[in-house]
Amino acid sequence: MKIQHLTILAAVFIMGPVLLTSPGCKPKNIGSAVEGDAASKTYVAPGKYDEFYNIVSGGFNGQISVYGLPSGRLFRIIPVFSQFAENGWGYSEETKPMLNTSHGFVPWDDSHHIALSTTKGEHDGRWAFVNGNNTPRIARVNLSTFRTDEIIEIPNSSGNHSSPFLTENSEYAVAGTRFSYPMDNAGSNPDVSIGTYKENFKGTVSFIGINPESGRMNVAFQVLLPGINFDLSRAGKGKSRDWFFFSCYNTEQANTLLEVNASQKDKDFIMAVNWKKCEELVKAGKGQKQKVRYAHNVYDEKVHSATSTIETEVTVINPKDFINEGLVYFMPCPKSPHGCDTDPTGSYIVGSGKLAAVIPVFSFDKIQKAIADKNYEGMYDGLPVLKYDAVLHGEVKKPGLGPLHTEFDGKGFAYTSFFVSSEIVKWNIESLEVVDRVPTYYSIGHLCIPGGPTAKPHGKYVIAYNKITKDRYLPTGPELTQSAQLYDISGDKMKLLLDFPTVGEPHYAEAIPASMLSPKSVKMFKIEENQHPYAAKGEKEAKVVREGNKVHVYMTSIRSHFTPDNIEGVKMGDEVYFHVTNLEQDWDVPHGFAVKGSNNAEILIMPGETCTLKWVPDRVGVVPIYCTDFCSALHQEMQGYVRVSPAGSNVPLKWSTGETPEAGMPSK
Amino acid sequence: MSAYRYLTLLVLLISLAYCTSKQDAEKAAKNSPSPVEAAEEQPEIHGSPVGTVTLTNPLNKAWVAQGQAIYDTKCLACHKLDATRVVGPGWKDVTKRRKPEWVMNMITNVEVMLESDEEAQKLLEQCLVRMPNQNVTQEEARSIYEFMRSNDGEK
Repeated sequence: MKIQHLTILAAVFIMGPVLLTSPGCKPKNIGSAVEGDAASKTYVAPGKYDEFYNIVSGGFNGQISVYGLPSGRLFRIIPVFSQFAENGWGYSEETKPMLNTSHGFVPWDDSHHIALSTTKGEHDGRWAFVNGNNTPRIARVNLSTFRTDEIIEIPNSSGNHSSPFLTENSEYAVAGTRFSYPMDNAGSNPDVSIGTYKENFKGTVSFIGINPESGRMNVAFQVLLPGINFDLSRAGKGKSRDWFFFSCYNTEQANTLLEVNASQKDKDFIMAVNWKKCEELVKAGKGQKQKVRYAHNVYDEKVHSATSTIETEVTVINPKDFINEGLVYFMPCPKSPHGCDTDPTGSYIVGSGKLAAVIPVFSFDKIQKAIADKNYEGMYDGLPVLKYDAVLHGEVKKPGLGPLHTEFDGKGFAYTSFFVSSEIVKWNIESLEVVDRVPTYYSIGHLCIPGGPTAKPHGKYVIAYNKITKDRYLPTGPELTQSAQLYDISGDKMKLLLDFPTVGEPHYAEAIPASMLSPKSVKMFKIEENQHPYAAKGEKEAKVVREGNKVHVYMTSIRSHFTPDNIEGVKMGDEVYFHVTNLEQDWDVPHGFAVKGSNNAEILIMPGETCTLKWVPDRVGVVPIYCTDFCSALHQEMQGYVRVSPAGSNVPLKWSTGETPEAGMPSK
Repeated sequence: MSAYRYLTLLVLLISLAYCTSKQDAEKAAKNSPSPVEAAEEQPEIHGSPVGTVTLTNPLNKAWVAQGQAIYDTKCLACHKLDATRVVGPGWKDVTKRRKPEWVMNMITNVEVMLESDEEAQKLLEQCLVRMPNQNVTQEEARSIYEFMRSNDGEK
């Protein structure tokens, strides 16, 4: 019977896209799905601003992108986990440490989920957090500079997917293992056979503390768990604020062909973790200290530079040692749950079984009662499993195929994305009745309502992030743009307003009113406050210093020249560090800097900032340098030369601007 | 139907189409959901316009020193202390050519000056690089002017 279900579902999976793209079988009314006033609802006139910022994960590009809503216009790509040649992120000497890990320099990751900081469950507009799924990391982005300020690696983890969701007051960001792996008590990953999965493989969920003032992160504690896959998570809110909920799949504990072997059971779990009690235990000195290695990278705006520190200890709590405290409970959930979302009141937890025909909604009150009554259906690997019927608020019946994620409008309705049936379904949280559905083009993954995961949604729109674009845009060869769609949800019926292309492969996104971020957006860095050790704060401080084979160029840039712009005395075998300080103090006047033949990217230097490009000359000769960011009418004149002489030559080190080197400034 | 009548009809149709699309655009602009603010409604004024400045002698030495420090960081790249024009004009005799109010407004309210002041506009035509806003306060601009006076030989 189970196998039959699976076959049917598999058929739907396979046939879905085929059906969608063969012309005769397209969903009806693609044309008429857009109503007459849609254009005016998304039209933001030239010079006018959007109403919301949409902070969107980049998926396999490892970055974050920032769009305006309702226009769908792309404003920025914020580099996070991946090198970004466009502005030198991960290439400049200042930012290379941000990509350090215990594995060394990892220049890429897979960023899936955005979590905007909250206070009392509501957006506070301070930080955006995003997870690195591949080499487990969490990054914190400053929402006044739109830059990545911090990246922390997660020890004892693998496949950091259920992350970086936040507790109600952003006390913690969470991280969980999608890929369990062998873990011994020493915190290492021993050499064992993959076939010993059930015996040796473990999972963890980590709680990453966030300093309420600075935002600075630390690995506060980890909870050691059975070797199953943690998929997504959400903290409770209001009365459920002390709890965190995780969807769990592969409770079969398969280690191969998971698409079949991890789809055997009728029900997997939603896991409830009482993080407040865990925190109390850790504060009381409980838990096991493990020796681990993980990188903690922090960008300091005052020195315009990042540092990377390897940290070496983590506290691990094993909930089986604290059964009486009741730290962890499992709740059966059909079937391979993916999304796990809590409603704005914190009363209900929505589990979305990817392969299920219903959406179960759990009641926080009933969960508490079942825990108090010890209403268990059994134990799973030594941890209690609550009875499904005892914790269930109810099921949304026949909602669609392949439910994934749920967002909320704050008016008592939930909006769930359906990958297989390619639609958004709106339903009433209390009555569990489906009240509306709209098609998406095609195969929606995540969806986003502004403030949708918070205690106080801003509502107005829902955005679909689709996994398949197919025929929606002009074709660009085999690789197509990704696609988002904007729907108006201000009325009873959802209305499609706009398609807009997206970069990378967006997974989760959040949206926040523009008025919460735009007034505090930083325009430039004050040159007086620049504490970069190689800053040249004014042309008087411009110089070239040789330290052995290292040549440090303290260079200034202003419209439209570099000082110095003629440098001689560099020799083969030297490493040249161009420390470029942008002396401009006005908004939107970056300068760029590039060197011919450099095995490196360019750097873009914001007003008041210092950035460093390392260059190792590979041949003798005169090498041009120039500004890459069109800065003024005389931008094309913003250029200079570096003379590279043979190793051992006696050309003296000298530099100048506005004079020829022969007649110019002697080296000082 | 004569060619003339065709033409009239055509003109009528075109103007109708134009009106409709213009109205649509205006309507659309009105309906666009509560944009935060129009960009053009944010003129770049960095301080209130400088009013009357009273100069006194002897020079305020502390201001001269502060003005020179700011000059070194924020002005020297483009303005030399002799008469040489680099990016902007050299500063020699600038206090004899310009009133203090003009100089201080050029430093702190350059956008307004480039829009309304003929002398500022002439300079832009000569130099082709806009005098940048270097994020200098009115008090700092006053100390820069004191440094300029000192550079011009005042005691």
